[in-house]
Amino acid sequence: MFLTKLGRAVGLAAVALPLMAFTPENTECIAPANPGGGWDFTCRTVGKLLVEEKLLANPMQVTNMPGGVGAVAFANVAGKRSDDPNLIVAASTVGITQIAQNKYPAGVDTMRWVAMLGADVGIVMVNKESEIKDLKTLLEMLKKDPTSVVAGGSSGVGGWDHLRLLLLAKKAGMPTDDLKKIRWVQYSGGSDAVTQLMGKHIGVVLTDIGEIAGFLESGDVRPLATMSDERLPAFKDLPTAKEQGYDVTGYNWRGFYMPGKVSDEQYQAWVDMLGKLYKSDAWQQEATAKGLTLIWRGGKEFDGFVRQSEADMRDVSKAIGVIK
Amino acid sequence: MEILSFLAHGLTVALTPTNLGLAVFGCVAGTIVGALPGLGPVNGVAILIPLAFTLGLDPASALILLACVYYGTMYGGRISSIMLNIPGDEPAMMTCLDGYPMARKGKAAEALAISAVASFVGATLSTIGLTLFAPLLVKVAIHFGPAEYFALYVLAFATIGGVTGANPAKTLMAAAFGLALGTVGLDPVSGTARYTFGIFHLFDGFHPIVAIVGLFAISEILVYLEHAHGTHPGAVAVHRAYARLSDLAKAGGAMVRGSLIGFVSGVLPGAGASLGSFLAYAMEKRVSDKQGSFGHGDPRGVAAPEAGNNAAAGGALIPMLSLGVPGSGTTAVLLALLISLNITPGPLLFQKQPDVVWGLIASLYIANVVLLLLNVPLVGLFTRLLTLPMWLLLPTVVMVSFVGVYSINHSTFDLLVMVGFGVLGYLLRKLDIPLVPIVLGLLLGAEMENNYRRALSISGGDASILFDSTIAVSLYAATAALLAIAVVSAIRRHRRR
Repeated sequence: MFLTKLGRAVGLAAVALPLMAFTPENTECIAPANPGGGWDFTCRTVGKLLVEEKLLANPMQVTNMPGGVGAVAFANVAGKRSDDPNLIVAASTVGITQIAQNKYPAGVDTMRWVAMLGADVGIVMVNKESEIKDLKTLLEMLKKDPTSVVAGGSSGVGGWDHLRLLLLAKKAGMPTDDLKKIRWVQYSGGSDAVTQLMGKHIGVVLTDIGEIAGFLESGDVRPLATMSDERLPAFKDLPTAKEQGYDVTGYNWRGFYMPGKVSDEQYQAWVDMLGKLYKSDAWQQEATAKGLTLIWRGGKEFDGFVRQSEADMRDVSKAIGVIK
Repeated sequence: MEILSFLAHGLTVALTPTNLGLAVFGCVAGTIVGALPGLGPVNGVAILIPLAFTLGLDPASALILLACVYYGTMYGGRISSIMLNIPGDEPAMMTCLDGYPMARKGKAAEALAISAVASFVGATLSTIGLTLFAPLLVKVAIHFGPAEYFALYVLAFATIGGVTGANPAKTLMAAAFGLALGTVGLDPVSGTARYTFGIFHLFDGFHPIVAIVGLFAISEILVYLEHAHGTHPGAVAVHRAYARLSDLAKAGGAMVRGSLIGFVSGVLPGAGASLGSFLAYAMEKRVSDKQGSFGHGDPRGVAAPEAGNNAAAGGALIPMLSLGVPGSGTTAVLLALLISLNITPGPLLFQKQPDVVWGLIASLYIANVVLLLLNVPLVGLFTRLLTLPMWLLLPTVVMVSFVGVYSINHSTFDLLVMVGFGVLGYLLRKLDIPLVPIVLGLLLGAEMENNYRRALSISGGDASILFDSTIAVSLYAATAALLAIAVVSAIRRHRRR
């Protein structure tokens, strides 16, 4: 009697197990910034579309937790919610530069990196009246005299806009010691930097294309190169840095991390769910409308990519003396 | 006139029943949000963005609603400045200086009426400016590089001494203290943490609103608690409900001057409404304060900053629409809204989306008329705030302060910072150290430093770049002239004695 009961129970459990595979409930997405920025957009759009595409039954709660360029949210998740399987946090290249420069309380190992669903692309541009006509002229000028052109963008010294320019200069053969001699001016946004470029206060701008696409269409600035693998669909005439002989890409990807102590199963459930969302028409439309390029990296591949980028950024940051 | 036909087209967009209704609703909601201490234009607009999305509004309607909320908050901010000596938002801070003394003299209704008319003049002049000069002004703004901005902030700080009327040494101390507070947080250039003591919450520095609510609202309550059994100076009777036309006429010059200064500050990205109202007040004091009545309830001291901050609100829309560069915190939120509606602000917006742009501009004219109608006849309603007993009013202020500050970042740490600033404000009041320069240091110091360092990054550390342009040199000349006038008049006053 007892044995049959037990046997039934075991049988039931065996049947039930696959059904009990983890499904996130009462989900939450932390945007580690104020409403309105890139991280906020990532959380809100993905949250909205997951419900619309019926990948989630209930709406995802979006929490804004600004502070320390993502460090407040990172510390909070690591300290208080390290095994919450229903939580994802918006992340991007910017956060990885912060980690690489030891500005977060812990390293990339603390979290599980879920996926990236798209990326903004770095673009190099000059004033429309500038004598610089292509990327080669610019980089040769900088090589000859690092102070000959003043550069600017939306990040500070050692931030992603600055680092991307230095990666280009390094590829062009500029000696490591000269990298830090390039003059870099920080503005609070890409459009601010472009406006200053139009007023000829600075000579070259490197920043994400999404925010400043309007200036390219109006012809107020002259683009020299995009930092993508292939030409962007919206700007087919614009050559990549790769085409011009400098094999460097500069993506600012948009994606998510999860708390570090969730199980493989829980992690995989999110990877699969976001993978389905990435393939949906709705996401592809929303992302392209925001000027994002569609790129997918998920699960192990993404985790490896994050670790590799962190190591690369650490190297350049050391070379220019941002960290020791 | 090409512009007039565009504007006529815009009016047809704005005058549909839906859009008109949204404009009126936005004006009312904005005035209320603006009047609550701590909840300023940024919060007002940010809170109502989800509403625009839930209603499924088309881009033009959404923008009309939120721009009316924006204008409404700029009108509303003055109410608690005048009635409670607590600025409803950052730009309304200067309105406290003469608005509250007027209220204490029993002229609250006049102060509210004059400031409403001043707001109308400022906002209308700047909307006209926006209509006529948007494309042109963009070209001027481009010539402002880091060195020119720095010179502009130097001018602003040079005039602080003349504003508060307190002991100059104490004013200087307060301004320096504010500047010091402004350095807390991540260094904008290198990202190095300054004075954060390893606390991540301090990485973004002190939020100006949190500091303002603490310094003004919380400290006001502490002062009241101390006098709890005495009579609080806040409770005064309201004599008349409206301002006399002659009073308005007297303040007319101040309104026009304030509007011009505010408009220019608004157009320059990064300067914004706070600088606009501050400069408007400082200049007005220089120009018209012959009897030393500023700071003691001079109507012109209410008219100038109110015209200034409302004019700046309109001016700030110019760089936002035509360059995609927000001129203030609120326009930054509006910019985010535009982008999420798939409208890319920039040089081509006026050509690509004429419905949106001209509908918006037309609705601003309508918003101004609505707000004037709303604010002048309803002055009596607002003055009734004063007749509320203190035991009811002050707890409400505390509650609104906590909710308002919490709603900015959803951070309990901010609440602690606010209380800290409250205690600090109480102590400083006891020492007769003015609070306004502290907030100005905190508000303007960060951008001043940014531009100084940007200039030096461009030149590779050579300070001569700061004096290398005609605009910058002219601004320094204006600063020197203002300081010279102040010194000369001080010496004269001294001799007369």
